[in-house]
Amino acid sequence: MAPPAHQTQRSPSPSQPSGRSEVSDLKLQLRQLAGSRAPGADDSKRELFKKVISYMTIGIDVSSVFSEMVMCSATSDIVLKKMCYLYVGNYAKNNPDLALLTINFLQRDCKDQDPMIRGLALRSLCSLRVANLVEYLVGPLGSGLKDGSAYVRMVAAVGVLKLYHISASTCIDADFPAMLKHLMLNDRDTQVVANCLSALREIWSSEASLSEEASKELDGLLSKPLIYYLLNRIREFSEWAQCLVLELVAKYVPSDSNEIFDIMNLLEDRLQHANSAVVLATIKLFMQLTLSMTDVHQQVYERIKAPLITLVSTGSPEQSYAVLSHLHLLVMRAPMLFSSDYKHFYCHYNEPSYVKKLKLEMLTAVANENNTYEIVTELCEYVANVDIPIARESIRAVGKIALQQYDVNAIVDRLLQFLEMEKDYVTAETLVLVKDLLRKYPQWSHDCIAVVGNISSKNVHEPKAKAALIWMLGEYAQDMVDAPYILESFIENWEEEDSAEVRLHLLTATMKCFFRRPPETQKALGAALAAGIADFHQDVHDRALFYYRLLQHNISTAERVVNPPKQAVSVFADTQSSEIKDRIFDEFNSLSVLYQKPSFMFTDKEHRGPFAFSDERGNLSIGVESADNVVPAQRVEANDKDLLLSTSEKEESGTTVNNGAAYSAPLYDAASAPLVALDTQPVAQALQAGLAIDDLLGLNLTTPAASAPAPPPLKLNAKAALDPGTFQQKWRQLSISMSQEFSVSPQGVAALTTPQTLLRHMQGHSIHCIASGGQAPNFKYFFFAQKAEDTSTFLVECIINTSSCKVQMKIKADDQSASQAFSDLFQFALSKFGMP
Amino acid sequence: MISQFFILSQRGDKIVFRDYRGDVPKGSTEIFFRKVKFWKEDGEEEAPPIFNVDGVNYFHVKVVGLLFVATTRANVSPSLILELLQRIARIIKDYLGILSEESLRKNFVLVYELLDEVIDFGYVQTTSTEVLKSYVFNEPIVVDAARFPALGPASIFMQGTKRMPGTAVTKSVVANEPGGRKREEIFIDIIEKISVTFSSSVGLWDKRFGPVITISTKKLRGCLCLPFPLAMLIQISMPILPLQGYILTSEIDGTIQMKSYLSGNPEIRLALNEDVTIGRSGSSAYGYSSAGSGPVILDDCNFHESVHLDTFDLDRTLSLVPPDGEFPVMNYRMTQEFKPPFRINALIEEAGALKAEVILKIRAEFPSSATANTILVQMPVPSYTTRVSFELEPGAVGQTTDFKEANKRLEWSLKKIVGGAEHTLRAKLTFSQESHGNLTKEAGPVSMNFTIPMYNVSRLQVKYLQIAKKSKAYNPYRWVRYVTQANSYVARI
Repeated sequence: MAPPAHQTQRSPSPSQPSGRSEVSDLKLQLRQLAGSRAPGADDSKRELFKKVISYMTIGIDVSSVFSEMVMCSATSDIVLKKMCYLYVGNYAKNNPDLALLTINFLQRDCKDQDPMIRGLALRSLCSLRVANLVEYLVGPLGSGLKDGSAYVRMVAAVGVLKLYHISASTCIDADFPAMLKHLMLNDRDTQVVANCLSALREIWSSEASLSEEASKELDGLLSKPLIYYLLNRIREFSEWAQCLVLELVAKYVPSDSNEIFDIMNLLEDRLQHANSAVVLATIKLFMQLTLSMTDVHQQVYERIKAPLITLVSTGSPEQSYAVLSHLHLLVMRAPMLFSSDYKHFYCHYNEPSYVKKLKLEMLTAVANENNTYEIVTELCEYVANVDIPIARESIRAVGKIALQQYDVNAIVDRLLQFLEMEKDYVTAETLVLVKDLLRKYPQWSHDCIAVVGNISSKNVHEPKAKAALIWMLGEYAQDMVDAPYILESFIENWEEEDSAEVRLHLLTATMKCFFRRPPETQKALGAALAAGIADFHQDVHDRALFYYRLLQHNISTAERVVNPPKQAVSVFADTQSSEIKDRIFDEFNSLSVLYQKPSFMFTDKEHRGPFAFSDERGNLSIGVESADNVVPAQRVEANDKDLLLSTSEKEESGTTVNNGAAYSAPLYDAASAPLVALDTQPVAQALQAGLAIDDLLGLNLTTPAASAPAPPPLKLNAKAALDPGTFQQKWRQLSISMSQEFSVSPQGVAALTTPQTLLRHMQGHSIHCIASGGQAPNFKYFFFAQKAEDTSTFLVECIINTSSCKVQMKIKADDQSASQAFSDLFQFALSKFGMP
Repeated sequence: MISQFFILSQRGDKIVFRDYRGDVPKGSTEIFFRKVKFWKEDGEEEAPPIFNVDGVNYFHVKVVGLLFVATTRANVSPSLILELLQRIARIIKDYLGILSEESLRKNFVLVYELLDEVIDFGYVQTTSTEVLKSYVFNEPIVVDAARFPALGPASIFMQGTKRMPGTAVTKSVVANEPGGRKREEIFIDIIEKISVTFSSSVGLWDKRFGPVITISTKKLRGCLCLPFPLAMLIQISMPILPLQGYILTSEIDGTIQMKSYLSGNPEIRLALNEDVTIGRSGSSAYGYSSAGSGPVILDDCNFHESVHLDTFDLDRTLSLVPPDGEFPVMNYRMTQEFKPPFRINALIEEAGALKAEVILKIRAEFPSSATANTILVQMPVPSYTTRVSFELEPGAVGQTTDFKEANKRLEWSLKKIVGGAEHTLRAKLTFSQESHGNLTKEAGPVSMNFTIPMYNVSRLQVKYLQIAKKSKAYNPYRWVRYVTQANSYVARI
């Protein structure tokens, strides 16, 4: 195998000597052939063109033969033409002057008799990507959209999109979106329809932020007539275009359950499609449709199980990985629905590790009383596996199952058997697990300690495992005869111990041991404290000093501090909040599922796809992934649970029991999470907000001055009603029509001692609260309001930070055009809060 | 939508490169290849087919050693892109007859032509081989078929049997035969990949997962294997149970693949066994009810776009107008019990200080009319094994053995095994250190690869293949072929 260095040698560089001489050679030959009409000239041209393209492919710059290529392109040979188009498309962008040379013959070809030539020329014309040539595109595109040949119309529809990316204004000014819309609704050819849909979706969603009309048009794509029009023809579409349609329909909100069932019946046979993309798109649609219908939702799970498993086992390894990731997501959401299918999640010996890892997680999730024995037995087979990373994962999986089961008897036995295998990595992983098990099931200490005591500390090398062993030595010092002496030997090697974590544990464990067996430990403790105080690591140093002073102060106080009676841990914290999980679920059938992250964590906004859920709610818990932040994240999550927003009731709620053990994550101020969010706001907004603090009314400066003093004209229904279920459904389905950050007056904040005070105030302004929560300094509210004249509703998420006096507000509305008016009203109401 | 598509050779050379949207920076091929090559420092883990580097998502599939790659910045449907990459590989193969680095290099202009029509500005336009035919003008330059392994499962027919015209499988959909006329023919391949896991020793357990007694195979040598489930044995609570061989899991993943060279795309009717049923009534998979007879029960299946199922419920007939090129008519999955084609007995036991003996025995349990070929048996041995000496059975022909020092594995390959035959291999291992006691935990599992042409385990059959007649004289060649392959065939020790 050639190392990549070989690659860089051939990296694209026009000054490459070998390439250059060959290129100039080519140039010469092309020039000779340019005008030739001799028989066989086309064949020689083909050979030369091929050479040019092959240089182009490997990255040699052949732009210097541009004019020769153009000269040679005056030919009727379609193969030559195509090669020339390919070449021109590649180099035109960086050689706009030369690109001008091609316009002429491309325009001529756009009028050719042969629809294929017309299409090809139009495609190439639009692919030049040269901004100052767009004027030449408008004419051919316009006639292309009206061409008699579906092929040309197909090309033209995509051409409009290309034009939009080169020059948005030219595209809009020429009124192409309207023409596309007409074509989309009327063309007989489904690929033309599909291309129009793709193009319009891209154009309108990027225009939506600029023009209200575009955002209306974008919503129009989800209108009932269009959705039905597409659904009724879905079988005529190619499988790829079907995916496009299904993706669109997934955003559509049916008016009643009959409509939902009609759509599902119509599409049910799509689940039997051999193309996994079609099946997954259908599944996503079914999931979204039934989100608020618990029973049906569960039936959907049952229905899609078999097709998903079939796709996993029949496709190429890559395809089955993509499907398996989605199955993994579903299993994690509703493990008990898959508990009888556990055998499908057994690993094959020849599967790549990325597949095995997913399967291990699924096995862990579906384990229950009925299948645990089989699953654990299977996992134990993997522990002896030659694949060490998978062996480790398998041990962890066994441990996780033990932690979530009531009857762990047999599993503990298995874990202890691992320790007897005398493989270093197995011992290391197992020790960590035994420690966790003991924290949850202290009643097992007797059996475990007997085995752990037999482990020679010399065979334990990994810091995590060492720390676990030391913790057990300290915690169960009275049961392990040798505990003080093993600790002593660890302390003797203090200098060689690289991990600060281990040294910290060593200090604490020695302290604990000392309280139980003072005479035997006293010497070791002295040595440990001395070594600790001399330690270069700040934390180790501080802890040693702290213990030392504590002991000096009072030994029994020290014991109460270091070794208080412990409660067993009931549930270990989940590392991903359910909000994050819900967002990933919302983005089903996208990369979010594979990366196990919502899209805002790996993609910039413009690439999230026009129909991605665009709200930034996730900001609240951005830092959740790191385990250290678990505590604040949990708190936020718990709030959201109150707010009825989490759909994952099936998941165990991840409440942390803070047991005060040395292992609990540091308690952060709850404010730290939102602070992260504030940092990500654009500077301009922050600046505005800063100015607004001076404004006594607390009004956002962006509000037009004229409307500031008087309540805005929008009339709200004072007796509006909305049940939480409907709110939740609407919140998921609507996209954010407005997102703002502004400041409130300090007086207002001062009055906000409990969340409830604000509710009554807002009610006075016909804005009703459906849920609220949080603790100072962060309060979170969900409000709703209804227009007085019709039933269209506004939904608001509002986060108030009382220490910074800032408010983050997101509005979703049935009638998006009224959101500005509503926003003014809302801010006005809020500004009155706390005013006498 | 995708931004770029490219094909890289095994060494990372660009063979084809097409940029559709220009929003991914240059050098993406190098970034991609480096990442795939050096995914984890230890090189043990394979790069997943999808990953993200600096906001660019890279998708790849491996086909005959070539990397088919797409990049995008958008949060797209991963399955869509992977299906597309796989489809592009198949279209290219349909056109070139053979997919290989050489054929691609010779035909890269044709490939560009195809790519131009398949994708426009990142959106899929068409992947139908016959639609593409009208847009694509380059003639494929055919490379010598004999020298290259063909793509896809159909290639297995090249190996053993003489009954198939070898060139047909590697024929391009557009190239004409010598003599200018195309041969009218259609291939139906029933390809079944089977996964079986045999248990090792037999354990006893009580209902509350009480103490688990593990009986090593060592003590039980010489007993016969038991093909019935363990649960029954536990009910009768036999104290000690015979060794090896009950099936932990088994699955068949089948495909009915079609490759049509019929001109004018006539309608085809394909009849399966009438006793085929789809979907298990209960939710419990892996029931062991009837073996060897009774209806064929598929757990689930899916069909190609072109298949009409109008009369499927009535007479188990699929009707379709086959598109050009190769495509799966139907994929199916089955966990109904079947008779595994091979039984594996594996044993490892100590034989003195720093020594151990391995005995591998395989028995072919299919009819003697079928012959398995390219069999490979592998078994990991303890990591402290330094030397292995093999002892083949007397008169062994076409068998080779090897000890792979690097990953400490025994390899035993056999050219062919006739149905009913049994073969044994003995190996003496020399260790560099004392074993920890339980050798079975340090070695195995035994895995096996094989191909059995003209044999399928599910008993699913194509009863007849009807082609709508254009004229009386029209009688194209029809080839219906069966094959069984090992997917994950494992015996624990």
